[in-house]
Amino acid sequence: MQIIQPHYHAIARTAQDYERMAMSGVVAVAEPAFWAGFDRLYPETFIDYFRQISEFEPTRAAQYGIRHFCWVAVNPKEAENPVLTREVLKHFPEFFAKPTVLGVGETGLHKSTKNEIESLEAHVDLAMKHGQLVLIHTPHLADKAHGTKKVLEVLAGMKVDPERIWIDHVEEQTIKPVLDAGYWAGFTLYPITKCSPKRAVDMLEKYGTEKILVNSSADWGPSDPFLLQECVIEYRRRGHSLQDAIEVFHNNPCRFLGQNPKFDIKPIRVESAEVAHA
Amino acid sequence: MLTPSQVIENYFLESRHQILEIAAMMDRYDVAVQRRGGNGAAGPAPGQKIELLRKALAIAADPKPAGDRTVALLELFATG
Repeated sequence: MQIIQPHYHAIARTAQDYERMAMSGVVAVAEPAFWAGFDRLYPETFIDYFRQISEFEPTRAAQYGIRHFCWVAVNPKEAENPVLTREVLKHFPEFFAKPTVLGVGETGLHKSTKNEIESLEAHVDLAMKHGQLVLIHTPHLADKAHGTKKVLEVLAGMKVDPERIWIDHVEEQTIKPVLDAGYWAGFTLYPITKCSPKRAVDMLEKYGTEKILVNSSADWGPSDPFLLQECVIEYRRRGHSLQDAIEVFHNNPCRFLGQNPKFDIKPIRVESAEVAHA
Repeated sequence: MLTPSQVIENYFLESRHQILEIAAMMDRYDVAVQRRGGNGAAGPAPGQKIELLRKALAIAADPKPAGDRTVALLELFATG
């Protein structure tokens, strides 16, 4: 089955991931800009990072037949340095012009501080002015419900197109307000700290598959990109059809990411073929 | 040997994850029963197993057990 991994931090992973993803049906990945594990000090560090994910990483993925797309952002954890954020934001338009950059992400909130909120507003505003897609990170664990509510409040106060905004890392306590407000919702599968494959399928069964993007992120911390494939198997073993699985794990990413014409992979439909027996 | 705070620090997130998985399974069961049209549709065997799990959760959550919770749980599951 063909799968799209819409949230994947490739630079933190080895080529073995690409090889195994290719063998398990992954045809494309999208890499949001991420935190480096420490707070970066210089705008140039971000610029080189954006060059890495927009210029070099597509070549690494291509060796395994996987298309690689990316997003640019200053991570919410680094928003406490507003001067740095403003400097980096000035360079976004040059990356919007690159052939594999899909938009702004992952921006969002971590501790929901004043600086984080200002950074989120600046990121979203810039994206909307340039007709870009937006990927929004919501906080982890105990901060999730409050942070997601705050993200929705910030967006409600801005002129945005919800169809072009993906709010990621939703869980059972945050999915409904995100979908009710018209945004795309992302389930991020992690071994222990976020959603699990089984819980993701529970939510698909409860809320339906429309405007849902399932991903397994994978970064330099404890994470596993193949939780996405585990989720596909869990979905199928509960009796959902192959086409239903393709709608969730391939076609929905096509529908959201394809709003940016650079993402040219189209939804697919399974057809049965008559087999001639000699 | 770990200190009490090390036990919590080392295993809190993993335990949180495991409890969420169990809660999700319980929710999944309730939804499946409702979809089938009421309690009776679950059948005796699934009903007994879910009761066993509920008893197990109570044993695991007991703040002052008489012995090891793990032993008590294995003995409980041996009856199911």
